[in-house]
Amino acid sequence: MKKITYSLNYRKPKKSYKQDDELTVCLRSYQKLQNGKFKVIKKSTGIKCKLRDWDSDWHKSSARNPIKSSDDNFLDKNRLLKDKSIEFHAKLFNLLKPNGYNESVNKLSPSTDLKLENKIIQSNLEAKVPPGPIEKKWTTHKNNIQLVSPSNKRGIDIIVVGTGLAGGSASATLAELGYNVKAFCFQDSPRRAHSIAAQGGINAAKNYQGDGDSIYRLFYDTVKGGDYRSREANVYRLAEVSTNIIDQCVAQGVPFARDYGGLLDNRSFGGVLVSRTFYAKGQTGQQLLLGAYSAMNRQIGRGKIKMYNRHEMLDLVKVDGKARGIITRNLVNGEIERHAAHAVVIASGGYGNLFYLSTNAMGSNVTASWKIHKKGAYFANPCFTQIHPTCIPVSGEHQSKLTLMSESLRNDGRIWVPKKKEAAAAIREGKLKPTDLAEQDRDYYLERRYPAFGNLVPRDVASRAAKERCDEGYGVNKTGEAVYLDFADAIVRYGKEKAHVKGLDESDMTLVQKLGKKIIKAKYGNLFQMYEKIVDQNPYETPMMIYPAVHYTMGGVWVDYNLMTTVPGCFAIGEANFSDHGANRLGASALMQGLADGYFVLPYTIGDYLADDIRTGPIATDGPEFDAAEESVRSQINTFIDNKGSKTVDYFHRKLGKIIWDKCGMSRNEKQLKEAIKEVKALREQFYKDVYVPGTANSFNEPLAKALRVADFLELGELFAKDALERSESCGGHFREESQTPEGEALRDDANYTFVSAWEYKGDPTQAKLHKEALDYENIELKTRSYK
Amino acid sequence: MKLTLKIWRQENATAKGCMQTYSLDGVSPDMSFLEMMDVLNEQLMENRIDPVAFDHDCREGICGSCSMFINGEAHGPDRLITTCQLHMRKFKDGDTIHIEPFRAKPFPVIKDLVVDRTAFDRIQHTGGFVSVNTSGNTQDANALPIEKESADKAFDAAACIGCGACVASCKNASAMLFVSAKVSQYALLPQGQVEANDRVLNMVKQMDEEGFGNCTNTGACEVECPKGISLENIARMNREYLTANLKG
Repeated sequence: MKKITYSLNYRKPKKSYKQDDELTVCLRSYQKLQNGKFKVIKKSTGIKCKLRDWDSDWHKSSARNPIKSSDDNFLDKNRLLKDKSIEFHAKLFNLLKPNGYNESVNKLSPSTDLKLENKIIQSNLEAKVPPGPIEKKWTTHKNNIQLVSPSNKRGIDIIVVGTGLAGGSASATLAELGYNVKAFCFQDSPRRAHSIAAQGGINAAKNYQGDGDSIYRLFYDTVKGGDYRSREANVYRLAEVSTNIIDQCVAQGVPFARDYGGLLDNRSFGGVLVSRTFYAKGQTGQQLLLGAYSAMNRQIGRGKIKMYNRHEMLDLVKVDGKARGIITRNLVNGEIERHAAHAVVIASGGYGNLFYLSTNAMGSNVTASWKIHKKGAYFANPCFTQIHPTCIPVSGEHQSKLTLMSESLRNDGRIWVPKKKEAAAAIREGKLKPTDLAEQDRDYYLERRYPAFGNLVPRDVASRAAKERCDEGYGVNKTGEAVYLDFADAIVRYGKEKAHVKGLDESDMTLVQKLGKKIIKAKYGNLFQMYEKIVDQNPYETPMMIYPAVHYTMGGVWVDYNLMTTVPGCFAIGEANFSDHGANRLGASALMQGLADGYFVLPYTIGDYLADDIRTGPIATDGPEFDAAEESVRSQINTFIDNKGSKTVDYFHRKLGKIIWDKCGMSRNEKQLKEAIKEVKALREQFYKDVYVPGTANSFNEPLAKALRVADFLELGELFAKDALERSESCGGHFREESQTPEGEALRDDANYTFVSAWEYKGDPTQAKLHKEALDYENIELKTRSYK
Repeated sequence: MKLTLKIWRQENATAKGCMQTYSLDGVSPDMSFLEMMDVLNEQLMENRIDPVAFDHDCREGICGSCSMFINGEAHGPDRLITTCQLHMRKFKDGDTIHIEPFRAKPFPVIKDLVVDRTAFDRIQHTGGFVSVNTSGNTQDANALPIEKESADKAFDAAACIGCGACVASCKNASAMLFVSAKVSQYALLPQGQVEANDRVLNMVKQMDEEGFGNCTNTGACEVECPKGISLENIARMNREYLTANLKG
């Protein structure tokens, strides 16, 4: 219980007061005691209010305030009240956890001195956000940062690890600017990076639909969607450059969807009320990545990018505290190579494969990010994971990965489960078909719970709602972990519309069905085909089955406004960094962020750092720092090859995934998180003792490559649980069972947690040290997220 | 399901390869083909046999990594899918399945079923792009309306995932379907017009240098293409090539 309420301090029976009488407002907190009773803690605010100006129903809507506008100073008074309640909350909460995580109400007494310091969260990380009004920050910053002259750029080398949207676009742009780029990917071609699998679309505040969209709205939606845990200035910049991305991509020949007038088409995504998403059927990521890849090709052809396919980065090399190179393993012949540069850019994506089963590609890994973490880069908000609501459910033990069904399907699909448990059970046993259930026997639970946003609530909300229904026993597949995504209504709606346009009979259902299916096919054809191939059911005839799955990680390497990590000269962009999505990412924003970082942000900000490096000259690879890094890589590889244990790498990966999914998944609690920390640690020890890696170090050896990746996941897993444990509030995708409203919605704790958790590596994940970057919201008011 | 698998094993690029036979039990029809391969590899490793190397990544039919020639067909018996989207329900209990790498001179084998397809990348380095810098100062995206039909056709060509099934299926190991898809995407869009001549000439030249064969219009590539790239693209590329040569 962390709820605080406002009330008037009546000292005699309510009815004996007159409307003009003035009373003091006080704060109350209800603490549940171990014997089940409640203890009330009261605190006077010193703010007075006439009875007539008091809104006793203030709690009924987030738009209402305790003191009505009839009071002359209602604005100031309400603001003051809010401040006081935040202080009160903070103080109470700090008192409630005297030894870290232990909530013990008994230690609190109402007489405790509630005097508070002014600043609750002390920041000890400098984000280097430029001063000035938010809409001018980026322009001012670009005008003030240092530049590198074209002739000096020719003498500067940059390493980019990863060639997805962020890495590919950064490589191409840096090379266009004149730097010498070395780009690395573990795939056999940069075009195969996992950005290629993004389906739905990319957001941009173009307002082509004239529906009131603007940079500010995109900024606001993204901050709100992220549950107020992202850095305002970064998000604003992202929204600002979003429009350039679309212009740039069209100029490159990216074939976005168009309408019959030849102009670009848009659709709508979760968590927003405008249509700002640009798309290319269900293959937007592919088309954008091929665009970035084509820009890379041009530079590879010119010799400005040297491309290293099938190479994995296995360590960062620091010289005099600065990032100066990397150690890689050639995945074809096992050669260990040294590469030097003046700056290193990590664009290696997210770490969703920590869960073993996710929608990430099989090869997606945390290794590059983790290696720089171990060399001094702080890792921020590792527990912020996005569980995507619309994925194809798990079919069995053999499952190696999960497949996403684009969020765009929620534009037209309606999500439901049977209203009655018996019907759900009959469906699970195959005795009943979903199409047999009448409309009134279906529970469209998102439309019921969130009438304003309906099926288009943000991903975290939709995922938790699906889990809630399935946990209650309404799941609709064999495993009981699936809900329906139904297109029957959309088919009829589109069919009728088309029949009307063509002047045909709208009541002819066969015709309407036929026309409707054609339109659905044009919109989502490839997704429907994909579903049919995997599940062997025709989604045009029977509703799809979906269930949430791990999809994206908002957490990542901590970066400042310039996208530089805490290691000078080492940058992190795209999903690999943490900065823009807070605790939950909105749909179609990942592509936007990847390209924004790579095309329009990093190429400027990296110059500010490199301007001091113009006299450095080429970096040698024969120094002691390179020797040491190479040696440690070789020794780790040899450990695995010589280990000759009894269990395969996948055995450990699967076990790790199960721990993380069961105990740090869609909902988390203190007990399970503590267990997870212990279990991951034990598993890691067992891994080093008993893992079996076949083959040799000097050959194409996939199990070896995987062992090196899983070793890092086994360390990250522990930090992940530790971070989730430390953050005892619920926010976005991070849901702590201890912190929820009576309706089961996530309850943030702004007083104590409006900060970024940035972890410093101290030789072992257990020892990781927490640094905090306080998040200041100057332009957007912190509010409870409501999609009702 | 119980299966007999005959798989191409080859230690490295220079070693001599051969078909090896393995039997595998307990295969579920819901498994994807690659999950079946995972089970086989787990079994091989338990018996301390080197697992079968194969390329794979996204496992949802879009990255174009997987490349197996199954029972004489690129990506196996089903249509419009990649190997990772092929499910075991397409096979019967007791079947014998032959699995080979994508074979073509320009795709040398790296190990077992893994081949080197960087020839495709090199072709694109010579012209698979529009020369526009990322200044952010290009014209507004909607200042250039593009007819829906052209945009859709360009998209269909751009849907190519570069897997190489067309080359593996072609008796001449021709890469015409792949290269023509790339050429067509730009030929159909106004952005690609400026460099159209150089693009087609350079890309075709590189394609020939890589050692890909010529097209003899048998159409096997179109049948096996997981993304349904049409032969029309080859005709379009030929027209582009002819025009460029005449202007040349």
